[in-house]
Amino acid sequence: MPTFTFMLNGATASVTTAPDEPLLWVLRDVLGVTGPKYGCGVGVCKACTSHLDGAAFNPCITPVSECAGRAVTTIEGLANGATLHPVQQAWIDEDVAQCGFCQPGQIMAAAALLAANPNPTDAEIDAIDNVCRCGTYFRIRRAIHRAAG
Amino acid sequence: MRVGKGDRALGKHRLTRSELADPALEPEGDPREGDSSPDSAANRYPAYGFSRRRFLAYAVAAPVLTVVVTAVDDIVGPRSRPAAASPGVSGVFDLSDALTLAALPTAYLLKIVVTADDRVIVHVPRAEVGQGITTAMAVIAAEELDARLESVDAVLDDARPELLWNQLTGGSNSVHSLYTPMRTVAAATRARLVTAAAQRFGVAATTLTTRDSTVVARDGRTATYGSLSAAAARVTVPAVPGTPKDPSQFTRIGQPTTRLDARDIVTGKAMYALDLPNLAVPTVVARAPTIGGTVLAVDDSAARGMPGVLGIARISSGVAVAATTFDQAQAARDALRITWNPGPNANLSDAQIRAKLKAAAPPFVVPPLGSLSVSREFDFSFAPHAPLEVLTCVADVRRDSAEIWYGAKSPIVAAQQIAAVVGLPSDKVTLHVVRAGGSFGHRLFFDPAIEAAQVSKALGRPVKLMWTRNDDMRHGRMRPASHHKVRATYLLGKVLTYEHRHATLPVDFSHGLGEALSAAGFDVLSPGVTQTVFALTQNVPYNFGVATQTLTDVPLAFPTGSWRSIYSGQTATVNEVMVDEIARALNTDPVAFRGRSLSSARTRAVLDQVTTAGRWGRTMPPGTAQGVAIHEEYKSVVAYLVEIDCRDRTAPRVTKGVCAVDVGRAVNPRGLEAQMQGVLTDGLSMTLHAGLHIDNGAVREGSYSDYRFARMADSPVDISVIVMPPTGDPGGAGELGFPAAAAAVANAYARATGTTPFSFPILG
Repeated sequence: MPTFTFMLNGATASVTTAPDEPLLWVLRDVLGVTGPKYGCGVGVCKACTSHLDGAAFNPCITPVSECAGRAVTTIEGLANGATLHPVQQAWIDEDVAQCGFCQPGQIMAAAALLAANPNPTDAEIDAIDNVCRCGTYFRIRRAIHRAAG
Repeated sequence: MRVGKGDRALGKHRLTRSELADPALEPEGDPREGDSSPDSAANRYPAYGFSRRRFLAYAVAAPVLTVVVTAVDDIVGPRSRPAAASPGVSGVFDLSDALTLAALPTAYLLKIVVTADDRVIVHVPRAEVGQGITTAMAVIAAEELDARLESVDAVLDDARPELLWNQLTGGSNSVHSLYTPMRTVAAATRARLVTAAAQRFGVAATTLTTRDSTVVARDGRTATYGSLSAAAARVTVPAVPGTPKDPSQFTRIGQPTTRLDARDIVTGKAMYALDLPNLAVPTVVARAPTIGGTVLAVDDSAARGMPGVLGIARISSGVAVAATTFDQAQAARDALRITWNPGPNANLSDAQIRAKLKAAAPPFVVPPLGSLSVSREFDFSFAPHAPLEVLTCVADVRRDSAEIWYGAKSPIVAAQQIAAVVGLPSDKVTLHVVRAGGSFGHRLFFDPAIEAAQVSKALGRPVKLMWTRNDDMRHGRMRPASHHKVRATYLLGKVLTYEHRHATLPVDFSHGLGEALSAAGFDVLSPGVTQTVFALTQNVPYNFGVATQTLTDVPLAFPTGSWRSIYSGQTATVNEVMVDEIARALNTDPVAFRGRSLSSARTRAVLDQVTTAGRWGRTMPPGTAQGVAIHEEYKSVVAYLVEIDCRDRTAPRVTKGVCAVDVGRAVNPRGLEAQMQGVLTDGLSMTLHAGLHIDNGAVREGSYSDYRFARMADSPVDISVIVMPPTGDPGGAGELGFPAAAAAVANAYARATGTTPFSFPILG
């Protein structure tokens, strides 16, 4: 089997695996990076949302081969050491989470949105399609506005 | 509110004489004792002797201070069969009371440990599935201890069989049932810390004060709780009473508090069952195309050779495949060649199920008597719980013991059934309750834990078993479909009779609730547990003359389970839509009609709040409208006002929500607001577009793509929540809002479109 090397949260990661193995399971089952969650496996719930070269993507439907030579950032790599990313801090300040399971994906989606669009409108925030079964959307929206500051 | 000093019904706790002299054992007990407020259970149902319920705190031998609290019900009398299981009394003695009562005569409920490094560890016999129970428990403990909240860790107990029925997380009962014992144990802990400090300082304990996890002397000397813990563990007679505070002294309880685990969640450190570091191997299960289908024959020759496959095992629900990664396990699962026996419902689809339910709802008994009447019928589809974390379990079954990690809401029954399935004595099964990614009722059941234990035993290795999202949608427990016939008769603007016939599939309560109700003295055998739960939860909170509500079970073999607010999600939602229908028939404003018909001042008060704050009756464009609804349950009341935009009938959007909620006392108003906001998302989803379809015994939907739970774009931009001032002790909150939120959306839809919805979800 081939070996794939990519940057993972600022460090080099190499895995030997089938090219079509979804990155989600490479992260979780091979590398032990469990921040990205499984919620559907087909790119619909978006609980696994992470960044590939800075853009939001869903590791559950992305083969590991597509990530070779690129930079993958998961929720574990969003903060700058002990200093939280502004979106993470806004999530705490708005006390967004209930069960918390979707929130790593929600935060990564929001961080990618703000990187591309520093002051999104409500309609632009509506484009985030991540599922939150606890229904924390109202607080997510407020946290995004807060992080946009 | 002390109880008589002569009460010493403590034998089973093996207390020493010195402990009996402990002021902490002159318990303040339940602060509701002697409560003369009209709503107190003691007043409303005196036969149950609630006034004698007390909680006792005492220290246990340990190197550091360890205090526990237990319940004593020396004369509580409902061991004889209570009449409360008869219909129509839920406003008097309800499910909250029953669960609290069931929890009484057990081993210690709660434990607090003060560590030498200044942490306060609070052990909670409940699950955390997102409702913030652990934060609420930490707040209560910090309040009575005068501890820094940041130094308090709330941890979930493993399954503790000695707790009998008091380790069931459900019925919105956790804060309601644990508030007083937590205050009692924390206050007793503080008394021992103060006593130890008095001995160290050589001053009278009564001169000492506490703040920020520190005892402070008048001369300025201080001692941290951690530094006092070992000495406090040796205190036999506290020198100050372990008396919980008067609520007027609260500085923590009632303050908006951010979840204690917020940082762990936003950094990805919060661990769910599949995130735990261990050697368990990824496992999935091939399941039948139809619900309840079984394996006739399996050919696994192709699957066995697939990359990463570690083992294949036939279990009761299908064929399990373990592999190095979940992707490999799923690929090998798909390579299995299985011949299935069809499930028991292979000839049933939605139309037939609805017809059976409709036919089963009994006819009305009250004749119209020359009065006028409003008769309506309602349908609900099946609905999945669909927590975002699919059902997962880690199991390590050995020859002579087993260890299980599961987000269990009924861990004792789960551990017992796992033991039976794998052939171990029940005391050889350890079940760790882990954080779970949502439940909404689903994690009362433990089907994946049974499966994981079976596979672990068969393969001889630890496994982490995951239901895929397809598994969850197509084989998970569901809120059963239902049919409702409702009729109100009225004369001169006044409702004379109200009848509601609720026909549905039997809700499965085999997770221990039935046993808990039996333990509380209810005869669940003759009426059946579903009838008992229905009677304990259903109440018509209006002065509607003779009001009767009945439940008819239609036994179809679908996997059911209680879904956020159990029967109320359908029964009470229907009632609130009916209230608008009656008001329409009377040509009366629905808010004014509720105002004059509601039976309690608390409910009228929350309705007033939302209609004032939400500007009820304001002018709105055609195709848009407001709707209101109320709900009363779990010792709490709530009202919602919503605004909806139905100008595109195919895509109605709730644009605004106003909620007022009175839970008696909000331990954490910030968490309470979160529950009320989230349940509005739930309510609008279930009313407008989220449901399942059954085609020939199989669930049509497979994921969130076709099961249309709300997204951000469906969620109102404007939601406000008004938390009413405290009036007593905390009631329940987690499920409280659902019926009112769902019905307010339906009522707004009816007013916006001119068409009352009778089938839910409205968009099919």
